Amino acid sequence: MHTNLLKWSLLLSAVVALCLSAVSYAQLTTNQQQEWLNSPAASSHVGNLSGSAHAAALPYRRYCVGCHGPLGDGVGENAPWINPQPRNFQLAIFKCRSTPTGTLPTDQDLYDSIGRGLDRSNMPSWNVLTKQERTDLVAWIKHFSPRWQNEKPGTPIQIPAEPEITPDRVKAGQEVFRKMECWKCHGVQGMANGPSSSTLTDDLGRPISPFNFTDGSRPLCGSTDSDIYKIFMTGLDGTPMPSFADNIKPEEAWDLVFYLRSLQPHNAYNAKERQIANQLGLKPVNPNAPAQ
Amino acid sequence: MKQQHKRGLAAVLVILVLVGLGALVISQKVSAAGAGKISGTVKLDGAAPHMRGIDMSKDPFCDNAHKSDPAHSENVVVGKGNGLENVVLYISEGLSGDAANAKSTQVPVFDQKNCMYTPHVLAMDVGQEFKVQTSDQTAHNIHPEPNPLTGNIPWNQSQPPGAAPVTKSWKTPEMIHVKCNIHPWMSGWFAVVKGPYATTDENGAYTIQNVPAGSYTVTAWQETLGTQTQKVTVAAGAAAAADFTFKAK
Repeated sequence: MHTNLLKWSLLLSAVVALCLSAVSYAQLTTNQQQEWLNSPAASSHVGNLSGSAHAAALPYRRYCVGCHGPLGDGVGENAPWINPQPRNFQLAIFKCRSTPTGTLPTDQDLYDSIGRGLDRSNMPSWNVLTKQERTDLVAWIKHFSPRWQNEKPGTPIQIPAEPEITPDRVKAGQEVFRKMECWKCHGVQGMANGPSSSTLTDDLGRPISPFNFTDGSRPLCGSTDSDIYKIFMTGLDGTPMPSFADNIKPEEAWDLVFYLRSLQPHNAYNAKERQIANQLGLKPVNPNAPAQ
Repeated sequence: MKQQHKRGLAAVLVILVLVGLGALVISQKVSAAGAGKISGTVKLDGAAPHMRGIDMSKDPFCDNAHKSDPAHSENVVVGKGNGLENVVLYISEGLSGDAANAKSTQVPVFDQKNCMYTPHVLAMDVGQEFKVQTSDQTAHNIHPEPNPLTGNIPWNQSQPPGAAPVTKSWKTPEMIHVKCNIHPWMSGWFAVVKGPYATTDENGAYTIQNVPAGSYTVTAWQETLGTQTQKVTVAAGAAAAADFTFKAK
């Protein structure tokens, strides 16, 4: 009887000690995040809406926590079955930005990603939530990372007005595609089968495919011409896709957009590009052509 | 009773602050003396590990560049007398005030040459500018992978043939791995440290210049073999020695 009591009390104290240590570990991060939740950075402005992180606590629990986790570290209970892994908001590295590589996105960028969802991932479109809810969620996302306390979002890249599409521009765009060696990953016909495509990994070391222009997929960060412009000028941080802002001039960038459009199957945006490419009889780029 | 308790606490606090200030003043004085240096050799104890050959046949430019001189991975590069190349040496403890904050105005260069990184490990001071350039007629992307929570933020930039060099710097000390996604064999390091540093040459020799007199802990870092430390005392304007030996894995 006596020994039994001793055994039980030992076991109990061990359990209590374990629980305490687990709690205190988790507490550290939640404490910090609690502090950040009450900081000025945990707010957002999208158009004429202002978001408050506090208001998003419930919607986050309801819609986001399963994948992104209570601490926003991207390892919620569904995460083991999801590829690519849900975004880790603590690191604050985002693919879809209007800002240069290595900088934080704007509130608008995060708001757009929530509403649009990310094609070819498990992130659905959340445009069923009200605009106010989505704006609040942007503020909530920002309370997870110390980066929002210390850094400002980058300055969005300048996108000049879209010029008139001409055959010369489509041809020039193909030359940019060849010179920048986009085909190394995306393939000479944009079929995601370039020589480097099979060894690409994301920042977590997981295999990742380049975008296939020909299979009807939506571009990751939006379907408009300027969305495509932004993708290659800012890069998709966290993935192999680099920023070309230093190497592609703004006019050339529009040429490249037109050429990329011509690779896509018929959609709502590219009738003219496809027609021009057809008339020109454009052949896929030749990777063995001497560099100029 | 409570009042007394508070007074005791205040006294302890005051003493702590005074001791702290005293320590600061003393360390300031140490750094004021003339600059010396620390030099030595870093060696590998044991057989040099086999460095895997690299198949670059995916990219004809890279493949041609190594036709006569096949490329090998550079994780552990051993030279004459078992000297270890690409080991970074820096002062991890004991630097104070001006010496810790002095920045080199040199701009070290990280070159993408023949689809390898030259040098394989580029050491630099916190906040020191460095340049990334390409000498290749094939496109690279330069993609460092620091931990963003340290304050060093990852970025990823294209470097097609003829691209202008990019100039960057890092905010906090960290050993940052660098890769090129287009050429998955390309692997290098930005070794960001605080204060004076050196990298070993092909014979494992190094010299850390501009070390003020004082007692220090010197750390030697090798990308796969880890770190080693040694206590070193430098007299004003004199040279001190510190040799390191890493056990082969």
